Amino acid sequence: MDESISKKRTVVTQESRVAFPPHIKLHRDAVRQQWLILAPERVFHPDEISVAVLKQCDGTRTVAEIAEKLTHEYQATIDVIQPDILDMLQDLADKGLVDA
Amino acid sequence: MSEDMTLSTAQNKQENGTGAPMGMLAELTYRCPLQCPYCSNPLDINRADTELTTAEWQTVMRQAGECGVLQLHLSGGEPCVRPDLEEILQSAVEAGLYTNLITSGVTLTRERLEGLVKIGLDHVQLSIQDVDPNTAKLISNYKGGAEKKREVARWVKELGLPLTLNVVIHRHNIENTSEIIDYAVDIGAGRIELAHVQYYAWALKNRAALIPSREQFYQSVKVSNEAKERLKGILVFDVVAHDQYAIRPKACMGGWGRSLLTVSPSGKVMPCQECETIPGLEVDNVRDTPLEDIWFKGQAFQMFRGTSWMKEPCKSCDRREIDWGGCRCQALAVTGDAAATDPACHLSPYHDEFAATAEHEAAEEPPPFVYRRLG
Repeated sequence: MDESISKKRTVVTQESRVAFPPHIKLHRDAVRQQWLILAPERVFHPDEISVAVLKQCDGTRTVAEIAEKLTHEYQATIDVIQPDILDMLQDLADKGLVDA
Repeated sequence: MSEDMTLSTAQNKQENGTGAPMGMLAELTYRCPLQCPYCSNPLDINRADTELTTAEWQTVMRQAGECGVLQLHLSGGEPCVRPDLEEILQSAVEAGLYTNLITSGVTLTRERLEGLVKIGLDHVQLSIQDVDPNTAKLISNYKGGAEKKREVARWVKELGLPLTLNVVIHRHNIENTSEIIDYAVDIGAGRIELAHVQYYAWALKNRAALIPSREQFYQSVKVSNEAKERLKGILVFDVVAHDQYAIRPKACMGGWGRSLLTVSPSGKVMPCQECETIPGLEVDNVRDTPLEDIWFKGQAFQMFRGTSWMKEPCKSCDRREIDWGGCRCQALAVTGDAAATDPACHLSPYHDEFAATAEHEAAEEPPPFVYRRLG
């Protein structure tokens, strides 16, 4: 069966250009006053830093570029921030919430 | 980051008090061409209860959006038998709801599905009864379903929508767990629900005909756990376990009145689909009262909300805000008291008998099904 699986696991690297697939929605919820990710039959609560990263994930910027941008906003070095971002995006990719 | 499952095991992120509802199960109709013997619709469907009109459902959708519902599950019966599904969906999309069509697929055409996608449908949950067409026919009492469902799955993917495969698991298909998972991957589903039967309504009536053995259940879970690891990033798993072979109860509906509400075809707004069996429960109707008022103030929602209604052993249990005491309807059905601990819990004095009955039934030859029929 494994051979016939056409879909492969997405692996996120620093060169990946991450984006939301259609039907995954980063949603500002007016009633709860918070950001949510709406997915098929699931709702996720991203934390503040995840939201900052996800807002940059438009399919044109690489993970490295996003990390570089956020080092300024969060006054952290890239070697601290980039591994965290990669872990977070890989976790989201495994949940089917982002493509790369 | 935390996750909410909005249908089966939802948890609302609320520090205290009652939050807005996360998900709404809209049972547009009880009509369905299939007759599955585990149907969650009530046994005594009253034909005299008229279905909500198009305009009434549209009002429900607007009210749902306003009071914070995020996810809409269009269900039934078979929601596609409503000729006004498109108009109802349109209102839901305008209300900002994430829309999920829960369907058997047998009445769909490609043109209709394409129209629904154009309106803004976000997701399709397609059910199959088994990978073996003969068993599928035996379960649904419907001919030709298997081919049609495969076709519908193909349309969903061609139209670019995410697809969940839902399969209710019982003694007649549990040995096919592995093949069912392969089928999900084969049709391009991104998510699979393996729902071991929950014994309410028609399923309770058909329990002896449906319940697998403990060993079969454990083996099926082993297969799905292995597949879950192997298919990481390809297929998301949602496995609803057997209460009879559990140690702890599930957080039924994510906790009573915490995350989910159900609207019946005639407009009754309920914390769960089966709750009308509970004596003393007063169910409000969206024809008379706005959805938000029912959610926050309705007697049915208040009755088992939170933990203050609990008795021992739930009351002092450190898991009381994890499983919320399990299922009220099952507690009632087995113990005669809706406020008792769910017998799925090993701390319930009824637990051993509850499990033993299941094992005894599973050891016998299955009796014929009592098919689900309207009134």
